[in-house]
Parts: sequence; C-alpha cells; structure tokens
Amino acid sequence: MTEELGLPGQDSDGGSEEVVLTPAELIERLEQAWMNEKFAPDLLESKPEIVECVMEQLDHMEENLRRAKKGDLKISIHRMEIERIRYVLSSYLRCRLMKIEKFFPHVLEKEKTRHEEEPSRLSPEEFAFAKEYMASIETYLKNVALKHMPPNLQKVDLLRSVPKPDLDSYVFLRVKERQENILVEPETDEQRKISLVTGEWRPYWSVRNPWLCWQSK
Amino acid sequence: MFCDRAIELVRELHRAPEGQLLAFNEDGLRQVLEEMKALYEQNQSDVNEAKSGGRSDLIPTIKFRHCSLLRNRRCTVAYLYDRLLRIRALRWEYGSVLPNVLRFHMSAEEVEWFNHYKKSLATYMRSLGGDEGLDITQDMKPPKSLYIEVRCLKDYGEFEVDDGTSVLLKKNSQHFLPRWKCEPLIRQGVLEHVLW
Repeated sequence: MTEELGLPGQDSDGGSEEVVLTPAELIERLEQAWMNEKFAPDLLESKPEIVECVMEQLDHMEENLRRAKKGDLKISIHRMEIERIRYVLSSYLRCRLMKIEKFFPHVLEKEKTRHEEEPSRLSPEEFAFAKEYMASIETYLKNVALKHMPPNLQKVDLLRSVPKPDLDSYVFLRVKERQENILVEPETDEQRKISLVTGEWRPYWSVRNPWLCWQSK
Repeated sequence: MFCDRAIELVRELHRAPEGQLLAFNEDGLRQVLEEMKALYEQNQSDVNEAKSGGRSDLIPTIKFRHCSLLRNRRCTVAYLYDRLLRIRALRWEYGSVLPNVLRFHMSAEEVEWFNHYKKSLATYMRSLGGDEGLDITQDMKPPKSLYIEVRCLKDYGEFEVDDGTSVLLKKNSQHFLPRWKCEPLIRQGVLEHVLW
C-alpha cells in the first residue's frame, strides 16, 4: 500500500492546499487526534478529513482482503490491522459523541456564537445529532413535567443547569517542537510566559484556551 | 414538610446502583406536581393579599413557598434527566432492541425518547462514510486477537462466518470464531467468551 492520500491542510503561507499523506502518516494523525480528544476535558476541533480518509483506507483494505488468495498468511495480519484501526476510529468518534451529549447546551451555544473564521468544533453530522439530542430532551422534559408546572416555572435554562466542561482540570502536554514565550492566561492581568522545550512533559494549569494544547501538536 | 416527595424521587435514583433503571415512579411524579400546584395557588392568593391588603408580613411565606417550588422543579428535572441518561446507556449496552424486562420499567414517553435517540444515533453512524457508515457501538475494546473461543449459551441456529461456511450455534457448544463477528452476539447474551 504505497498510495498517498490527499488531505486538506495549511501550508506556511496560511493558505489551504492539499497535504499528501502516506497511510502510515494518516493513521498517526488519527491516533494523535484520538489521544488529544481522550485527554482534553473539552470538545476539540472536528477532523472530518481524517475520519473520511481513514474510512476510505479501511474500505481499500477490506477490498484488498476480499481479492486476496484464501489461506494467505498475510490476511490475518491485515485483518488485525483493520480491526485495530477501526477500534481507534470508533473510540475517537465515541469520545466526541459522549462529550457532545454531556455538554450539549454549551456545545450548541459555542457553535451558535462562533465567528466565521473560527473552525467548527462539530462536523455537520455531529451538529445535526447535537440539535436533535437537545430537541428531544427539551420536548421530553416539557411534556412529562414542565407543562404541568405553574406558568412561571415552565422554562428551564439548560445552559445554566447542565454543567460545563471543567477547563481547570489538569492535562499533560507533550511538546513536539520547541516554542518560546507562550502566553499563559492572556485574559487575566498577570501574563505568564513559559517556554516549551521539545520532549518535555509538563503538568498544565488553567487550560483556558485549548489552543495551547494544539501548540504542542 | 414541603418537597418530601421530590427528595424521595432523587433518593430512589441514589439507591439504584450505577446504571440500573427502576420502574418509572409515576405516582411520585404526580404527587410532586400536585404539591407544586397547591403551593402556587396559595402563593397567588397571598400575593394578591399582600398587594391589595398591604399584608407585607406574608412576604416571607411567599418567598419560602417559591423556594419550595424551585426545589421541587429541580428534583423533578434531575430525576427525569438522570433516568434518560441511564436509558441512553442501555442503547450502548444492549443495542437497539431492549430486553422486555427493561422496557416495562420505562414510561411511554421514555420509550419514545429512546426511539428518537436510537434514530439520531443511527443517522449519525450511517453518515460516517462508506456504504453503511461505521457502527461505533461495536469495537468497544481494543482487539487482542482475531479469533476467540466462545461457548453458546442458548440455541441460536445457523450462523454464517466470513468465507461462507456456517456454524450451528446450539446451547453449550463451543466454537473458535472471528472476534468481530461474535461481539454483537456476546453482548446480546447468546455467546460467552471462554477465557482460559
């Protein structure tokens, strides 16, 4: 399998162009996205290109297996690889879905109030799912209880009732390339600057902006 | 004391171990709603008295009843929402068809919510690309090996394996089958993974 896959990406000028990846690089990106998603308390940016390419890759592999000679030893090995990749992809998507369900009012609010240039945290399908989820819960609560309550109590503000993701939780960062003078907590007056050295593991406080997680991609 | 019934609902959830779904407490819910109605009506008349009759000494009572109303609502919504979360977990545990014993514990509206959730999830999974999308309710654990030893717990009948051959799944028979084919059956309770 020496084919290369096109993936929309950014070049150094900031313009978008297709980045060509080998299958191995694609899987590495998938695993990276999976790890980041698992350890971040918040929902991270969606990666529909990676999901799409991995699905295509799995299809190719299945196709190759179907055409392979029966009893060939390599079949088991390739099958195992398909299983593993499918597990990582499923786990990644499950992790995202669970965060979407857990923080649904906040996720939808963020999507509603984001700027044009900001990338979306939700893929279009995840967005549709989140909206349906919220609508079904609102309808259920209204029909079973709220509409039978006194008139001034029938509205429940889900944004206030459903807990937000805990952005103060600790995460470990692994720094892939050296970065100087990263601004910590730019919103507060006290502006702390730290330098990140390659390969260093650091406990992290107040991850206000998930961008800092990405800095260490 | 006010809000007793509402707290009882929350205690019921607290008593049920993680994920277990007890029968829907329709009576309990009805009683809470009735108490809310009574409190509200008492407050309404007191508010009128306070305004027109200048009875400002009623105000603490009015505030107290209002707090009770808010408490009742919070407990009720917590009860209902927590049950929905448990029901949602059932979809991931048991698949789209729930065992009857669990369905009897759900109210009609809960069953309806479950069906909506199922449908949303299915639409999302189908959209993931490929012919039929990706069933992310499978592959819950990292794959350790390709084939696993399984024992059949109940009569299932003919089961087709990848290369066209089929196996007869009779109670107590043991087979060495591909893991990915067995996973759904293991979750349904038809097969049991035999660990040495």
